[in-house]
Order: sequence, then structure tokens, then C-alpha cells
Amino acid sequence: MRGGHVIALLAGLSGWGLHAACAEPARDERAEIAAGEYVAHAADCGACHTLPGHAPFSGGLAFHLPMGTIRSTNITPDPKAGIGGYSEAEFARAVRQGIRRDGATLYPAMPYPSYARMTDADVHALYVYFMKGVAPVAIPVAPNDIVWPLSMRWPLVAWRMMFVPSRDQAGQQVRRAFADPQLARGAYLVEGPGHCGACHTPRGIAMQEKALTAADGPLFLSGGGAVDGWNPVSLRGEARVGLGRWSEDDIVTFLRTGRVTHAAAFGGMTDAIRHGTQHMTEEDLRAIAHYLKSLPPARAEQATWRYDAATGRALHAGDLSARGARAYVDNCAACHRTDGHGYPTTFPPLAGNPVVMDASATSLIRIVLTGSVLHATHQAPSSFVMPGFAARMDDQAVADVVSFIRQSWGNAAQPVSASDVAAVRRSTQASTQGQEGAASSARQPMN
Amino acid sequence: MDATRLKPVDVVVIGGGWAGSIMAKEMTEAGQKVVMLERGPDRSTAVEGAYPGSIDELEGNYRYRLFQDLSKSTVTIRNNMRQRALPYRRMAAFLPGEGVGGAGLHWSGVHFRMPPDDLILRSKVIERYGKSFIPEGMNLQDYGVTYDELEPFFDRAEKVFGTSGEPYMINGQVVGKGNVFSPSRSQPFPLPALKDVHTAHLFRKAATEAGFHPYSMPAANASAQYTNPYGAQMGPCNFCGYCSGYACYMYSKASPNVNILPVLRRDPLFELRTHAHVLRVEMDSTKTRATGVTYVDREGRTWTQPAELVIISAFQFHNVRLMLLSGIGKPYDPVANEGVVGRNFVYQNVTTSFVWLNRNIETEQFIGTGGGGVAFDDFNSENFDHGPLGFVGGSPVWVNQAGVKAIAAAQAGGPPGTPRWGSAWKKGLVDTYRHSLRIDAHGANMAYRDVFLDLDPTWKDAYGLPLLRMTFDWKDNDIRMNRYVVDRIGEVARAMDARQVQLTRREFGVPFDTRKYQTTHLGGGAVMGTDPATSALNRYLQAWDVPNVFVIGANAFPQGTGYNPTGMVAALAYWSAYHIRQTYLKNPGPLVSL
Repeated sequence: MRGGHVIALLAGLSGWGLHAACAEPARDERAEIAAGEYVAHAADCGACHTLPGHAPFSGGLAFHLPMGTIRSTNITPDPKAGIGGYSEAEFARAVRQGIRRDGATLYPAMPYPSYARMTDADVHALYVYFMKGVAPVAIPVAPNDIVWPLSMRWPLVAWRMMFVPSRDQAGQQVRRAFADPQLARGAYLVEGPGHCGACHTPRGIAMQEKALTAADGPLFLSGGGAVDGWNPVSLRGEARVGLGRWSEDDIVTFLRTGRVTHAAAFGGMTDAIRHGTQHMTEEDLRAIAHYLKSLPPARAEQATWRYDAATGRALHAGDLSARGARAYVDNCAACHRTDGHGYPTTFPPLAGNPVVMDASATSLIRIVLTGSVLHATHQAPSSFVMPGFAARMDDQAVADVVSFIRQSWGNAAQPVSASDVAAVRRSTQASTQGQEGAASSARQPMN
Repeated sequence: MDATRLKPVDVVVIGGGWAGSIMAKEMTEAGQKVVMLERGPDRSTAVEGAYPGSIDELEGNYRYRLFQDLSKSTVTIRNNMRQRALPYRRMAAFLPGEGVGGAGLHWSGVHFRMPPDDLILRSKVIERYGKSFIPEGMNLQDYGVTYDELEPFFDRAEKVFGTSGEPYMINGQVVGKGNVFSPSRSQPFPLPALKDVHTAHLFRKAATEAGFHPYSMPAANASAQYTNPYGAQMGPCNFCGYCSGYACYMYSKASPNVNILPVLRRDPLFELRTHAHVLRVEMDSTKTRATGVTYVDREGRTWTQPAELVIISAFQFHNVRLMLLSGIGKPYDPVANEGVVGRNFVYQNVTTSFVWLNRNIETEQFIGTGGGGVAFDDFNSENFDHGPLGFVGGSPVWVNQAGVKAIAAAQAGGPPGTPRWGSAWKKGLVDTYRHSLRIDAHGANMAYRDVFLDLDPTWKDAYGLPLLRMTFDWKDNDIRMNRYVVDRIGEVARAMDARQVQLTRREFGVPFDTRKYQTTHLGGGAVMGTDPATSALNRYLQAWDVPNVFVIGANAFPQGTGYNPTGMVAALAYWSAYHIRQTYLKNPGPLVSL
């Protein structure tokens, strides 16, 4: 039913009615393909299965995990290199249960514990889209780079049995009682295709998400472990580190443009916006926002964030005695200002920014080291690039400036040490490629 | 040289600067498939603007990172027709850009509307002083378009550029403290004026005391963050001073790269080809219709891009040269006084005077914005009575503190009489850097019969094509104008209680010197007008003889202006595009019939 809802909505939006003169079946198929494409956006398939500069969905994106490197697969309809040989049932089983056509279990880098909740209608539309709306690419992806015995997939079967909801369980989760249809739709999108929890929910000892839906308790979307050196924050109602101070409008705008008065997107979220949420309808984004705002804080915070003007006053008066203050003024303040407010939505604020105040400073350190790109979206065509400072600042200097940022303007987060910075530097291999890294990641934006 | 023929497109745009980007945007909005050819590399804030490499003065202003590669192509220059011209091998007097964004990436940001009287200068001078007032040999002309006609397009350009400024009059009502000589506007500036730096503040005060009417210069350096009508965003200017010669790392200086291309690049109707050096516009056998353009790519391969409409929108003198190389319009012959392409080549008449203030005043010259500052227009355009003075033209006067950088400060050294070396030099340099300010007379340069552009008979570029030859020198009328206005600077300096003043006047008999930077504001050579005997383009910037060629740029100015040209170039681009969209595309042909 929801799939049908998506189809109806899209058909209304995109004016396929204009093609009514064409043969009926073709129009239906076009509508189905378009509906499937929408689901692919909602499920953010492109972020992992499309390598920048390569054919859509031809795979190859590397995930560097402690056990080795795995690569996203070619999911174009090529019968050999891609998934052209999959029947719809096989496709649905792979998407929702993580079982490959040959019966092997997929690595849970594929978020099938979330996709398990996708409706038959959405999976059907997705199947039609991948079979008929995506160009086949006959180039196989390089094999994964995991050494035996970790390369054996059979232990994944047990993992799958333990942590992936069955069709019945998933169905029950989707059909659970909600206060209103918008909330239900939001829950479906976030817990299902959107797979927000894959990054934003903490994982357990077996790398399983500790909660898969809001019904599983307050750990759901309470902030995840580092992904590719980025630290996903809580999407719950915490007033300092979560979305407590964000309005539903803020969330909608963020998912559409990556930039709001509170923050700017970075790291993996830029891909999620670029490939996914910017393509979603206003109605669906509102549903997501409404649902996220329904999630209470995971933990009681000491107090909400309140702006403290002392830092700005001191810097303005030329008092650079605080540790890291001089580096901040020399390197950061032009854009983020001495008062920490930045110039949103161009240059994000540091004062009160949830990412800055998060218990983990990993993201902040990484941004300082490698820089960051705020990508253009359909509704925000400008991209902005922050340069990386890895080549110019040593670990202690970065620690000082990050600590300064975390403790100024009322942020009151824990300082970081040079060894914290060194760890992030190692993990991002930023030490020698800082400037280069920013430039290469900036290859996309051209303004 | 066999060129490979490419798939035809609707419009080919030559040059990736302001004019080309505006035209490409307008044409894609009209549903046209557009290919933009830019001979230089692609450029972006992410690379050329990456802080702190972006603010390397040596790289920016001395190794000319964003400027034309003179080893491939340049111009030759001579002062008069008796001399043999020589190639301009080293950047100095003027700095043409190269690469996506063109001069629009390395410009400073000063963003004016043309004074209404400048657009009808010949008529105005004759009306006020009589025809005999025009000196012998001066080709004084009207533009063929009026301020009222251009007003909506000046407004459009300001909104796209995110221009900061203080209005004086909106729809006939005085609304603010802007330039009292400026014409009425339909809308305020999109952003408030930039704040005065200290020198501008002192100049404002002194100019007022001297009886003049200072105002905040309109600047396309954003005074606050801004989103333009295309949805492109700008950051706010932080007065770092790295505007002219640099890609702005704050995204706050308007450029095609920041303000238009982010949107254009996403448009499936638009294609940008870089390292595409256009050799000529191809013509059919009748020589009245362009069929496309031929260009060389980075690997030396030659391509012909067929197109229905050709827009020549490179830098001023490249436009003139392309017309001459392609046989569009009749080349100018100064002896017979016939022909139009190359005619009315003009420059700008700029001198910079120095004022040293008492040592308890820090002038903080490291701070700056390329477009900001304080000016007065009491001696610009027809704002003053030229009758008793006996010259045509005028000059705004301003403190446009664009940020004095380290190498430039060292080169400037100390006040007159200071040694060029040793501890006295160091002391003088510090004194100048800390306590002086600069005041420009940014004057107009009139057009003359024996100042022109043509193809050089001797020198060729890397592709075997003749270089463009400039024949240029200063004329008495313009020297007298400069000297009169610089004397007014002396009055302001006195009101500033200056410790020492160095008034820089243009001297009679001193020829145009290509070794010193003056300005990149070159103009004319393929001017717009209403008479095909004296203009290469009609009032819509359409080539008179080849109606499917439009030529957009400062080449269209019949004579120089005291203002910086970009605001006018952008407005002319929007004006031309409007008429192409409204009329030409529906019925291709001449927009003016004779």
C-alpha cells in the first residue's frame, strides 16, 4: 500500500500524465520505474553502490574494515557482473534478508536488518527499476580483500539468524500502532529503507545495531560508532548533542540542502543527502522530521546548551591567551567567526553545534585534519569547501584548537589530547595528504 | 589543418568569464543547447581559492597564477603609427585573465552602473558646449542605448553579483546617503554597503570638508552572506585584501565561478569545454552568416563546433581579434578613417597619489576589499562644467584600499626621496605601510582616430595567427583632465592634515609605458552604436554584418569611462540576452534594420 502511495505521489509530481498519448503499458512501466528510482533514493542505494565518476550502481566502493576490505557490488542488471539474473523473489530475499542468489549471506555492510522492513510494493518497484531503469554495466567489481578464515561467510548465517528480523517480525514492526499516519510513514522511512540506524545507532559486540526501531528503546539513533573516521551523532531529542534544538523545518531543509542554521552536513551524511534525501518529496521529508522529533533524549543531559559570549568578547578584545585561541583566530575565525556563530547557511556555526559538543570529538578532529566538502544539492547549488589543516598543524596544535572549539561559547565538551588527534590522523591517513585530500574530495564541487 | 566536425549545437559561447557565463545562463533558460569554450583550465574556489595557498602574493600577483599565458598568445604594442610594435611578453600594464571565470575570477569587485551621461556623451557634450568643443581627432560617440533602457539589467546584474552599496535615489525619491550624482534606481542594492576601512573613513571626512560628495563604492564583495536569484550562495567579505589577482577563499567576491556556474554546470543543456582555444568563427560563403567556430584543444587537435548562434564573449581585445581573424565586420583603417573593427580602442586614465598622515594614525593598509571604499564623483562624467576647463571626460576620485600586501609594500618603499635600499629604505617602507594611504584618480580615456587595434603584420601566436596590435598613447585632452582632477585630490589631502603628499599627475609628452601596472580596463575596438559606419555592433551587441554573431564585452564601449567596466559589461550581457530571447530566437536576423 505504501509503495502504491509512493507511485501515486510521484506520478502526480513528475507530470507523466503528459505522456498519456503513448501506449498505456509503457506509461505504467515508466511510472513503476520512476517509483522504484524514488525508493532507490529513499534507500540511498547510490551512496554505496555508485563510485564517484563511474556508472551508476556499478559498485566498487571500498569499505575498510578491521578484518579487511570489502567492496560494494555491481547491482546493475548485467547478468554476469550485476544482478540481471535475479528473479524478483531472489532480489527481495537479498534486499530484506541478506541472502545472495547463491545462498551465501551478504556482509551486513548492506543494511538488510533495516531493509527487512521494506514493503513488498517498494521492493517490487525497486526490482523493476534496477532491471529496467538502470543501464547494465558488464564490469565486475574487484573481489573482497579479506583473508581466510575471516573470509568464510558461514558465520554470517548465524549472525543473520540472530540479528535480522524475519519477515513476520519486520511486518509487525512496520504495522505497530502510531499516533498518526505521518509518524507511521516517518518510522517506515527511517527504520526501513532510510536505514539511518546503520550509522546513527550504536552497535554491539557482534557489530549488530543495538536497536532497529524506536520500539526497541532509547538506544535507537542515539549516535553510532565511527564510520570511515566520522562519528555519527544522536538523532534523538538531546538538547546539546542531538536534534533537541532543531525544528521539523530545520530537519527537512537539512535533508534537502545539507545546510541549516545549526549545522552543515559532512562525512557520510553528504552522500546520504546527495544520493538520497535531496531527491525525496517534501511530504516524506516532513514525515521523517516528524518522526525524528518524536524520539525522546536517550540520556538525561546536564543542561541545554546556552550561548556564552565570553569567548567572543575575549577574542574581539585581542585576548588570545586561551590555549588554541591564536590558532583559532588565524585559521578558523574568518569563516566561523570569533563569536562562533559562523555565517550559516554558508559557513556553519561552531557555537552550539551538536557535532562539536558530542562526547566523541572524532568528526571534529577529522574535519580539521582533512577539511570537508559541503556538496551542492538541487535546491542549494553552491558547494563549499573547507581546507584541511593536516599538513600545516601538528597533533598538539590540532588538539589545542579542537579543545578550544569544544570549550568555547558555552559548548562545554571535554578537551582532546594530541594522542586523540594522532589516532584520527592515522586512521584517515591524513598526515601527508591533508591538502591533497581536500583537493581531491573537492573534485566534484566546482565553484 | 583538418578540423574534426562536431555535432551541431544551438549556441556556442566563446569565453568562460562574466559575459560568457551570463549569456550561457540566459540561453539555456531559453531552452538552447549551449557549448562554452574556454581556452584556459577549469577553476574553482576549492583549488585556486584553497586557503592559505590562495593568498600567496608571489603566486597571485607576481607569477600571475590566474592570468593569460603570454607564451601562447599576446598582443603587440606601439605608441604611434610610425613605430614598429613589439610583443607584450611580460605582464605589467594590464593583466588579462585566463581560465574559467576569466577576468571575473581575478577582478577586484568594483561594481558600478554606467553614468547616464556617459552613455550619450557625444550628444551631451554637443548640447552643453557645442560641436567645436570636441577636439580634433577625438571620435566621441553615443552608445546607442540609454540608462533607462539598461536600468533593469543593471539591477539584474547587481542581484546576481550580490552587490553591496548605499543607494541615493530609488524611483525618484532620495532614500539614502549614496552618490548624489548617481541616477535613480528601481531597487536598492541587494546588500548594504561595506563598512569603511579607516583610510576610507578619513577620506570621507576630508572630502566632505573640501566640499565634495563622498559615497560608499558599490562592491561585488558581499557585505553579508547572500543567496542570489539563481540560488548561488556567497560568504561575507572579511576584508582580507586578497581580491584582485586571487580566487576569493571566502566565496564573497562575486565571480562567474561562484555566482552563475554552480547552477549552469548542473544544467543538461550546458556543456563547458576547457583548454579550447578558439582560432576563428567559421563563416558561410556569403560571409554574412557564421556556421560555428574552430578551436584547438590541449593536445593540439582541431575541432569545428557548428552552431546556429555564436556569442563572442572573451576579453575585450580577444573579441576584437577574433572578429578580425574571422572576417566579421570591416577592419578599421585609420588613414582612410573607414571601417569599424579596431576603431575607438580605449584604456583608462588612472593615476595614484600618496598621502602620508601623522604617525599617530595607523592606516592599517593590510585590510582591504577589492571593490569597497569611498569615492566622490564631483569631477566624473558630466557632473561638472567642462566649459571653462576645455577638456572632455572626467574621473571619479577614491580611496579603494584593496589590501596592500607584503611584496607590494616593499616595492612601494618610502616617501619620495627615500633610498631604495638599506635601513633608511626599511624605515621609509614601514612608515608608508603604516601611515600612508592611496587616492586614485580613476579617469576616463577618450577615443581617438589614431588610437586603434589591428592585426600585426609581423608577429604571430603559437598557432601561427597574427597577434593583435595596439596603437595607443595618451592625448592632451586626457592628460589635462587627469591633472585637473589630481589637483582636487590635493585639496582633499590638505583637509586630511597630511604630513606629506605625493600627487601623481599624468605628464605631457610622457608616452604610455607598458612596464607599469595601470589597469586592466581596456575597452572599445568593436563598439556598439546606431551607425554602422562608426560601430561594429548594433545597440544589441549584434554584429552589423553577421546577424548570428553577438559580441559581448567592454569592446562595445565607444569611449572609456571613469568607472570600472564590469557592471556595464554584465548589464550589456543581460540587455543583449533579453533581446535575443525576446526577438532574435523567434525570428533570427538583424535586430536593427537600416
